[in-house]
Amino acid sequence: MSDPTAPEAILEAHGVTAGYVRDLPVLHDVSVRVARQRVTVLIGPNGAGKSTLIKAVAGQVTVFAGTVTHEGTDLTRLRPDRLAAHGIAIVPQTDNVFRNLTVRQNLALASRGTGAAARLAAVFDRSPVLADKRHTKAGALSGGQRQVLAVAMALAKAPRLILMDEPSAGLSPKAAAEVLAMVRRLTAEGVSILLVEQNVKLALQMADHVYILAEGRNQVDGPAAALRGDRIVADIYLGGKRIAAA
Amino acid sequence: MIQNLLDGVLTGSFLSLGAIGLTLVMHILRFANFSHAELLSIGAYAALVFDRLFEALLPVFAAAFAPLTLTGALVLALLVSMVATGASAVLIDILVFRRIRENGRELSMVFASFGMALVVRNLIGLVFGLHSQLYSPDIAFATVLSFDPLILVKPDQLFVFVAALAIMAVLHLVLTRTTFGFALRAVAENPALAQANGVNLRAMITAVWLIAGALAAAAGVFYGLSHQITPVMGRDLVLPIFAATIVGGIGSVNGALLGGFIVGIATNLSLVILPAGYTPAVPFLMILAVLLVRPNGLFGEARE
Ligand SMILES: Nc1ncnc2c1ncn2[C@@H]1O[C@H](COP(=O)(O)OP(=O)(O)OP(=O)(O)O)[C@@H](O)[C@H]1O
Ligand SMILES: [Mg+2]
Repeated sequence: MSDPTAPEAILEAHGVTAGYVRDLPVLHDVSVRVARQRVTVLIGPNGAGKSTLIKAVAGQVTVFAGTVTHEGTDLTRLRPDRLAAHGIAIVPQTDNVFRNLTVRQNLALASRGTGAAARLAAVFDRSPVLADKRHTKAGALSGGQRQVLAVAMALAKAPRLILMDEPSAGLSPKAAAEVLAMVRRLTAEGVSILLVEQNVKLALQMADHVYILAEGRNQVDGPAAALRGDRIVADIYLGGKRIAAA
Repeated sequence: MIQNLLDGVLTGSFLSLGAIGLTLVMHILRFANFSHAELLSIGAYAALVFDRLFEALLPVFAAAFAPLTLTGALVLALLVSMVATGASAVLIDILVFRRIRENGRELSMVFASFGMALVVRNLIGLVFGLHSQLYSPDIAFATVLSFDPLILVKPDQLFVFVAALAIMAVLHLVLTRTTFGFALRAVAENPALAQANGVNLRAMITAVWLIAGALAAAAGVFYGLSHQITPVMGRDLVLPIFAATIVGGIGSVNGALLGGFIVGIATNLSLVILPAGYTPAVPFLMILAVLLVRPNGLFGEARE
């Protein structure tokens, strides 16, 4: 599906085979391309390998074969603590805040480095909820507030690419829509997004490009607008109902 | 009775320092390090060596700060020993624990720590002899606080208490006010997330050993100031230090601090009702009691 008018890629995973245990790959020859300032969404059933792909990009699982390229630099088998230095932030699916640290301490840790104070201030400006709770331990926040904090920790790094693993999970439909709308707005600020989203309907509405993974392999991919009317996608993921184009 | 309480507070001072280091190591490296108390011995003997060296090289420091028996040379030696003991802890990790850790066997770490304790203890005995030694040959005269009941305090004991609290206060500030402290606590809670936030795990592990070693050295010197320095001091202290971390809750610095004083006071108070020969059993009974009643200790969080 190469489109000459498509924006340049910021991240490219090419033929990635990766997993948690040697000789037992979870991902098989998976390729994903994230365009600059676009939202690229991964969908697929439980256990499809979506989180594993995010972790492979982040250097958190072993990549047995294939390459990961970010801004033209080869990041395959990146040391996980070097991710932030390459302008990439990750919002993991679970355990994505430090419960024993306060909101402010979480953000201070996430925003270390030059200009930290200004970035920290900007985060509090953007999220009054977090500003109010700055001295609360993250473990005492509600699920929704914790997700807001996890996303804020990513933004506090002023990243160029954010990997987000189901940031809307466990949220009320309203809160989920708000988080995704916020993600959408980030692209206008120059950020590129690779997002895992379990709500296929929302994903197809807000994504630019969608990849469907199953059993650790690429299945279908294409512009979200095209997949919204796709027969196969509709059958598999939407119980036969097609979504009206937004 | 009040005398026992005072002695208990003193014992608590060095137990707390030992327990804080142990709890940090156990929290971040996730293994019960039975060689931790040997770091107190390393610290005490390193300070002894440097003390003699500084007294010889810098005679001005050889005089005691009356009414303490403490000399400038020993204060300097304490500081150098804290660094040297921290470095020894790092070295032991590189030589032994890191290799086992990278093969991912938690139980082997515990056994290795038993072995390490024996090696260190016997090496010290070999080099320094099995007899006990003192930092100062001067007899410290105790100040009588009261004659009836008789309550005695040595100035050195007050120094130990104040110095221990000061060291713990510094550590508390580092852990709660600096990004380094946040990073350390972050690694203890969730290493993968800490890494994703740019924290270098190896550097943090080194830092933890340095801190634990430095605290242990201070504890060892304070023990030596109030008791004697012997190659088997680690053997005598390992149980009370473990009791202090377990009472406080593994991973909790404040818990270890309080746990140290609780164990120190309880052990000394037990002398009121128990013959002296039974006091070493007190920390053991406290471990059992805590594990039965409140397995996560006073401040510990349930894990996973
Ligand atoms: N830490 C792990 N160790 C070993 N295997 C794992 C680990 N985490 C996940 N797996 C396995 O890898 C496969 C892919 O899991 P992954 O978490 O990537 O799926 P997912 O698409 O993110 O699913 P979900 O929608 O449930 O989040 C699954 O078979 C899972 O059992
Ligand atoms: Mg997942």
